Amino acid sequence: MNRYLKCAAALLLAAMTVPAQATIRVLATTPEWAALTRELGGDKVDVYAATSAFQDVHRVDAKPSLVARARSADLVVAAGAELEIGWLPILLRESGNARIQPGNPGYFEADASLRLLEVPSAVDRSMGDVHPLGNPHAHLDPHNVALVATALSTRLSTLDAANAAYYQGRASEFQSRWQAAIVRWEQQAAPLKGVPVVVIHRDQVYLCRWLGLQEVAAIEPKPGVPPSSSYLAELVTRLTAAPPRMILRNAYNDPKAADWLSERIHVPVVMLPYSVGGTPAAKDLYTLFDDTVSRLLAAGK
Amino acid sequence: MIRYKATGALRLAALSLLALGAAPAPARASELSELRAELDAVKSSYQTQLSALEARLAQLESQLAAASSAAASGAATAGVAPPVAAMAPGAPGGGGGQNAFNPAVSVILGGRYAQLSEDPADYHVAGFMPAGDGVGPGPRGFTLGESELTLAANVDPYFFANLTTAITGDNSISVEEAYVKTIALPAGLSLKGGRFFSGLGYVNEIHSHAWDFVDQPLVYQAMFGGQLAQDGAQLKWVAPTDLFVELGAETGNGGQYPRTRLQGNGLNGGALLAHVGDDIGDSTSWRAGLSWLSARAENRSFSDVTAGGGPIEDAFSGDSRTWVLDGILKWSPHGNATVHSLKLQAEYLQRTEDGQLAATVNQLTMAAPFRSRQSGWYLQGVYQFLPRWRFGARYDALDSGAVHIGLVDNGLLPASSFPTLAPATPSRVSLMFDWNPSEFTRLRVQYAWDDARLNNRDRQLLLQYLYSIGAHGAHKF
Repeated sequence: MNRYLKCAAALLLAAMTVPAQATIRVLATTPEWAALTRELGGDKVDVYAATSAFQDVHRVDAKPSLVARARSADLVVAAGAELEIGWLPILLRESGNARIQPGNPGYFEADASLRLLEVPSAVDRSMGDVHPLGNPHAHLDPHNVALVATALSTRLSTLDAANAAYYQGRASEFQSRWQAAIVRWEQQAAPLKGVPVVVIHRDQVYLCRWLGLQEVAAIEPKPGVPPSSSYLAELVTRLTAAPPRMILRNAYNDPKAADWLSERIHVPVVMLPYSVGGTPAAKDLYTLFDDTVSRLLAAGK
Repeated sequence: MIRYKATGALRLAALSLLALGAAPAPARASELSELRAELDAVKSSYQTQLSALEARLAQLESQLAAASSAAASGAATAGVAPPVAAMAPGAPGGGGGQNAFNPAVSVILGGRYAQLSEDPADYHVAGFMPAGDGVGPGPRGFTLGESELTLAANVDPYFFANLTTAITGDNSISVEEAYVKTIALPAGLSLKGGRFFSGLGYVNEIHSHAWDFVDQPLVYQAMFGGQLAQDGAQLKWVAPTDLFVELGAETGNGGQYPRTRLQGNGLNGGALLAHVGDDIGDSTSWRAGLSWLSARAENRSFSDVTAGGGPIEDAFSGDSRTWVLDGILKWSPHGNATVHSLKLQAEYLQRTEDGQLAATVNQLTMAAPFRSRQSGWYLQGVYQFLPRWRFGARYDALDSGAVHIGLVDNGLLPASSFPTLAPATPSRVSLMFDWNPSEFTRLRVQYAWDDARLNNRDRQLLLQYLYSIGAHGAHKF
């Protein structure tokens, strides 16, 4: 027993003397906020994205690899609004990392700096996967990205005060480039105003509102609840009478439901990247929106 | 508003420009087109600036709204904790005043129906000493299962607390877990104290409602009587490496099989744990572990019936050491488990016990050295073949191994006096099928061919329901 104790003590000492990292180690829960952190932090941050655009962030495991990243992280960048409630609390508790616990500067929630849509006045699970704090899929409105960028940049400066000027510089550079890009996207996407679309899950709400797309139906009758056959039949009848221009689906959605509906109502399915990495073209935040807008425009023609 | 005014101004400017252009009566065509071009340039530059202004306005507006709504809700309820704390595990849903700090409450309701070909009253795992209540498929017919009530919240900036009670169908309440865990220790350390499921192996820490089968693997039933809980403390350390490495040490009072509480004031043994894990590509993740449990047993007694039909009381005193080797692998396409996923899980346990076995026959007690090395393992796989539908198979095998009973070896008692310890290789095959209409409902059917007894195969049909209400649970890997 004594030998084991000594061994453990030696390991602990070794762990405590690991030299401080020169960069801020960031664990971002989603690829879009990982990309934003890279934009703002440049070479002063080392960012690891916990999920990819092909994953439903609501349904992720607190995998060992993530516990290991959380252990060494200086900053956790989460979407928040309970999007990651099924795994992030476990990850934080298992990490043994005091810096990233909620309430500390090392814990950042993107949605906390936003006014979320669809905040329910009352919640009940019979309504499906409703989020008491509002719809958390907020990044698909680039104005929200700009708001989060401001808050995140401030947080980086707080954590790494020595490089505050660097972060401020990058932030203002990002903001001006981003605002110009928003103008460009909005001009390009002008023809999409009022275009009727069908969505799968209510995770396109921010995109639709931003571009003025008119969401006429959702394939899920309630968030997270799969459609019944009678609901689908009713949907087909309704949409045949008043056909939408396209059916939107995210890279991570199972294509089956959208394809099924598409065949019946003869409306194309548009696969959107949803986040950075969702399509080969969506390499960073700029190309994410470039690709999203161009895919919508191509289908809207 | 700003937009309207600005466009108004623009029009005015345009008109005046036109008017200026039109003033010299016979304006040349080239001049006119030049002017037009200039005007277009002005227009487009205005448009860009306007859009930028609009964007900034929208941004400011939503910032303002967010700030004021945060302030309002903060003042009104204090329930929506400061933004950074909104994700706290026990984040309360609302309610004013004192209730704002209520812990997260979740309740699991479970029940099942069992159709067993053998009488569950005489269930035992042949070749192994009886391990307590958590062994066997439970009663026949419909049984209300454990209703599990969990309360959890951060205590303060330093501790997280969790209470899980099980209300059983026979109207008793038991404390499954009641622990506090540090959240503010440095260097990857965390300390847990109270009653908690030991971190050894893989399935031991998982609550019954999150199991992939209705019941525990046979080897856990035989070796721990179900789940091994510690009334004590656990220190864990996560290595600062990209490879997941976790080391832990536990100690407790030993109030559960195979340990017993000791006479003295001290603790009874403990466990050492090591886990490593990582991803393979973006679709597969794994974890493997090695754990060691060492403790003493004092007069750990059980009743037996000799081959002659007479009662015999046995009691073991000595050292009990268990090794657990565990591995789990999860696969889903691109890590997206919505449609398809696969979970493979296996554990191997080996126990060595060394001490004295006392036997009491006709009020005469004899004791002699006793030594055993017993083992068991299981392998299970669960495949999600459609969203919400899963199928699983599990194979359990045990080996009662080499048991040296001094009382038999020295001729004091015949081997037939210890029928429970007669050599055996119990096994079980289980098939499982479950349907999960939502994250919070699970309906399951399981069929097992259980050869835990020496001779009689038990054919078990089990139907189970599990409902979860309240706070959204977060599950371990």
